[in-house]
Amino acid sequence: MDAILFLIFAAIAVGCAINLVVQTHPISSALSLIGVMLALAVLYLLLGAEFLAAAQIIVYAGAIMVLFVFVIMLLNAGAEQRVNRAQFAKFLGVPALIGFLGVVSFLIQTLMPNTKDVVFGAFRNGTAEAVGRKLFTEYLLPFEVTSLLILIAILGAVVLARKEI
Amino acid sequence: MPLIVISIIKAAVVAFVLLTALAYVQWIERKVLAHIQLRVGPYRVGPHGLLQPLADVIKLITKEGVMPSHVNKFFYLMAPFMAVALALISISVIPFGTKLEIPALGFSTPMELTDVNIGILVILAISAVGVYGVALGGWASNNKYSLLGGLRSSAQMISYELPMSLAIVSPLLIANTLSMRALAESQAGFYFGFIPKWHLFQLFPLQIIAFLIFVIAGFAETNRVPFDLPEAENELVAGFHTEYSSMGFAGFFMAEYCNMITICAVATHLFLGGWQPIFPAPYSDYVAPLIFLLAAAFLIFHSLQTLKTRTWDKYTFPAFGVIFGGLGAGLLGVVAFVPWLREAIIPLFWFVAKVFLLLFLFIWIRGTLPRFRYDQLMRFTWLFLFPVALVQLLATALVVALWN
Amino acid sequence: MPSAVPVSWYLILSAILFGLGVAGFLFRRNIITVFMSIELMLNAVNLSLVAFSYQHNQTDGHIFSFFVMVVAAAEAAVGLAIILTVFKNRSTLAIDDVSSLKN
Repeated sequence: MDAILFLIFAAIAVGCAINLVVQTHPISSALSLIGVMLALAVLYLLLGAEFLAAAQIIVYAGAIMVLFVFVIMLLNAGAEQRVNRAQFAKFLGVPALIGFLGVVSFLIQTLMPNTKDVVFGAFRNGTAEAVGRKLFTEYLLPFEVTSLLILIAILGAVVLARKEI
Repeated sequence: MPLIVISIIKAAVVAFVLLTALAYVQWIERKVLAHIQLRVGPYRVGPHGLLQPLADVIKLITKEGVMPSHVNKFFYLMAPFMAVALALISISVIPFGTKLEIPALGFSTPMELTDVNIGILVILAISAVGVYGVALGGWASNNKYSLLGGLRSSAQMISYELPMSLAIVSPLLIANTLSMRALAESQAGFYFGFIPKWHLFQLFPLQIIAFLIFVIAGFAETNRVPFDLPEAENELVAGFHTEYSSMGFAGFFMAEYCNMITICAVATHLFLGGWQPIFPAPYSDYVAPLIFLLAAAFLIFHSLQTLKTRTWDKYTFPAFGVIFGGLGAGLLGVVAFVPWLREAIIPLFWFVAKVFLLLFLFIWIRGTLPRFRYDQLMRFTWLFLFPVALVQLLATALVVALWN
Repeated sequence: MPSAVPVSWYLILSAILFGLGVAGFLFRRNIITVFMSIELMLNAVNLSLVAFSYQHNQTDGHIFSFFVMVVAAAEAAVGLAIILTVFKNRSTLAIDDVSSLKN
């Protein structure tokens, strides 16, 4: 059952990722990316990261991607224009990508021969409580620094989006 | 019975009840709005228009689905499907009552589809993804009014998600859990024997503020009056669903009402004590039959008087009176003599009653308030609602931290 | 078919998604799509972090992914503001056309 679920959602993730790369219209790409994120959230659940799965959907699919879709709709961006380089990329890029992925997969399989089997429910440290405890004790300083980063990002976005620049 | 069979049966029952409730919430809304405006409302199809939802469904299914030639076909067809599917999913983590236990069969099952220990996060996640239905529908229609409606709704839903999440956090802080069932169970009991320990009445007045913020943000999340800017008819024709007819329109319509029910159910679990009764147990059990019997008495009393204006009331009032009286008597018998059924029905009654009270609030406000202007809407959330929610959350966190 | 898959399969999936993200980053000419490819790469890295977290039975990987999400949110806010400004000034989204420092 775990293997079937993994294969289904891995296939969805890879299919959506390929669709992201080959689609010319930005909104199709954005929706494919949302598909990848939802499939990854299910895989997080399989890995026992239930809090992170929810955070993935709320933050990534629900906030960041809504912003992307909003901007695409606001600019009313059309489909991408074809350029000559696309042919070159098709002939050299796709085989290079496949070769690279083959090498990486081979390395992962040979260098890590005895990894654990992923069984749903075996990992119990991914609950909201466990993550919160870790976040507010061991990683308190990075957490606070992140809040500063977000403040700076808000200021930056406001300054950039002002009318006169 | 294996778990999967029970789950499938429960899912079928919940889906059937939910879809019927969706149709009848629409009937209730039309009736209540009509009475607010001193009209009669749906009256011709069936007694008091009770078959109107059925007629609407038949109309929407058999109508021709016009697809304009200039739309983006894939997204145009996907958007209403996405909206309604996401709206229906979120009901799966909401519990409706304690549990159904049949001692004669040795059968026991909790009254919910599933209980996950990140329940409230699942609801937030699904409502966050729910924006795409409206936004994509507006964009794919390839029409400037639809596009403006879609843009407005995505901006509005992102903005109101913030105060809503902050308002959700404070009851979670008090209850110390994320599971919906544990949330409802943590609100059992009474202060001084008569004030229920609902989150609404705890840490006075912080939780009342949180509840108001949640309900206001809920109005905006479901695109209801006074925040229905995405479909403001005097500015945008019909907003994001201008180009939709037939089943596409029905999809958006169902999604809106389903989101409304979900928001009300979540508010009930978070603040109004879920299925916990408002009075201590031995008295509260008799409230449900009493309400039905009172309704029956009221209807029969009215039917005995001469009504001149509406001819059908002569027959329908006594008929409904007898039906309500029968239901009330049945409930009374259950409460008094069938303890296992009482354990299942009374919590369910309280939960449904609270949800419908909140739904009535939604409809009441729709009949009362005018629509916001768009800049007022944005200013309201960012300059008023968000800071208030933040201060409320800080105060709640401080009190909870000092208490423990 | 085995009933469960090893963690290394998750890592391979992560590598595939990362590779696709790189491909999108290099091949696409629309600035928004390029930006989305970066988000895809971040997601792939998150998956490998969570997978390692499972392998070592620790929560730390989850914390790292959480920080990655927060940084991605900040990055999206600033990046999209920049894209809006670029579009306002040059009315184009093709990255090839945004090559000069002066207008």
